[in-house]
Amino acid sequence: MKVSAPAFATRRRQRRNIFVLLLPLIAYLGIFYAYPIAAMMFRSISEPYWTIEHFAKLFREGIYLHVLWMTTEIATGVTLAALLLGYPVAYLLARLDRAKSNLLLILVLVPLWTSILVRTYAWMVLLGRQGVVNQLLLAIGVIDQPLRLLNTTSAVYIAMVHVLLPFMILPLYGVMCGLDEDLLRAAQGLGAAPFAVFRQVWLPLSLPGVFAGCLLVFILALGFFITPALVGGPRDLMIAVLIQQQVDLFNWPFASALAVVLLAAGLIVFTVFERSLGVAQLFGRVPT
Amino acid sequence: MRRMALPLIAGLALFYLILPILVVVPLSFSSASYLSFPPPGFSLRWYRNFFARADWLSSAWLSVWVGLAVTVLATTLGTPAAVALVRGRFSGKRLINAVILSPLIVPGIIVAIGIYFFYARLGFVGNPVALVLAHTCLAVPFVVINVSATLYGFDEQLEYAAMSLGASPWGAFRQVTLPLIRPGVLAGALFAFVTSFDELIVALFVSGTTAVTLPRRMWEGIRFEIDPTIAAVSTILVALTSGLLLSAELLRRRSARLRTASPARAEW
Repeated sequence: MKVSAPAFATRRRQRRNIFVLLLPLIAYLGIFYAYPIAAMMFRSISEPYWTIEHFAKLFREGIYLHVLWMTTEIATGVTLAALLLGYPVAYLLARLDRAKSNLLLILVLVPLWTSILVRTYAWMVLLGRQGVVNQLLLAIGVIDQPLRLLNTTSAVYIAMVHVLLPFMILPLYGVMCGLDEDLLRAAQGLGAAPFAVFRQVWLPLSLPGVFAGCLLVFILALGFFITPALVGGPRDLMIAVLIQQQVDLFNWPFASALAVVLLAAGLIVFTVFERSLGVAQLFGRVPT
Repeated sequence: MRRMALPLIAGLALFYLILPILVVVPLSFSSASYLSFPPPGFSLRWYRNFFARADWLSSAWLSVWVGLAVTVLATTLGTPAAVALVRGRFSGKRLINAVILSPLIVPGIIVAIGIYFFYARLGFVGNPVALVLAHTCLAVPFVVINVSATLYGFDEQLEYAAMSLGASPWGAFRQVTLPLIRPGVLAGALFAFVTSFDELIVALFVSGTTAVTLPRRMWEGIRFEIDPTIAAVSTILVALTSGLLLSAELLRRRSARLRTASPARAEW
């Protein structure tokens, strides 16, 4: 190895500069983000004394198993519904010309930018007992007394799919925009029918977007709090809502155990499916 | 038949996405004192109500101040870190990147209770500073992402040129690099502000009774206040966040165009 002394010194200086630039943020996140979360998780096994009782309780008692099951079921259902609705939207956006697709993209971005609380409130206004949907149905005479729409499992699905749909559309759209149109023309030129072109060329090529979108929506759905807390019924308890209830009851070690389970579930799903996709790609184009 | 099915589903899905906003905005201008749709008449009374009530207004101001402090802190911490992450080659970079970006995907409730237990022990709950410190962690990833995106197209030779003409490394960064990556920094700052301004879950735990932010105030009223004041607040929020983030998006696209000369693909 021949490294000239000045080059070596420069490289060392560069390394020091990089360190100086990065250190403030690393220190900040260490103190105000990573440490508090680590300490919270540590509580789950160390309080009131060394024990795995909090985890045992979680997997032993029916009510908690029900919560774990509901959470998984809702997250899966929401992911599938978002895929079924999001794929056609992304396809449409990718095939339209730029001016039109930019205009339609606003319809995806404005809801995405609107806070989850505001969107959930809007669904409460729509689905409530005296809500907009009931008022309309009563006015046109389809029903003669208001339906119970709010605080039901359906309401959780409707509102959660709404909140998470942009997180499905955008990765799909990103991948579809990068597809080579010439491949489609080639398939057409070789005599494939439009649907065959879609099924045999477009669909397989868009699969990375499908995986990215589903992964993102599923993981975000697992930890959802605001929406299920406001529009869900007593049976639709999701794990994040249970965590908040346990904190309010000063059951902090058990709340921590629930948080560990939630984080572990997210991490497992992520590492199993991440493969070729970095975290950053899910949130925009930031190569790592 | 098949040709029509796809645009039809896409159209319905887009309608579903925009429907809640289409309902809440007109309701906020309703003259009725309950949420009847369509509104019987036009009035600004719910906006007047919002601006006349001290509890709503003080929450709104608190959110603005916390948001501004978060913007300054997150941009100051995130911009140099993005430079280091894009330029530097060092071991553990992937891990550091993952930690910095993790607040985007780690459930809010986990971050919130971790921070809550931490501040509860320090007697820091209910202090606006606690909110600023916590929101900054959530806002930093947006700064890093936006700044990184502009840095990728940046020609490092420009900095060397400045330094060979006698500028110090810091001078070269300030006078050459910073002006060129400014759109990314501004976009990141806008995202940082909105992240804090809209944040509810951390505020739910850390606000206590003394630092009630606007989303927290909304949460408290959302089940019990049936008049359209919350619809008016919601409309203000939709307009504000859409306006700010649309500016961020335009900044980002403009910088992408400047960088690549050819029209940039839509990014998000």
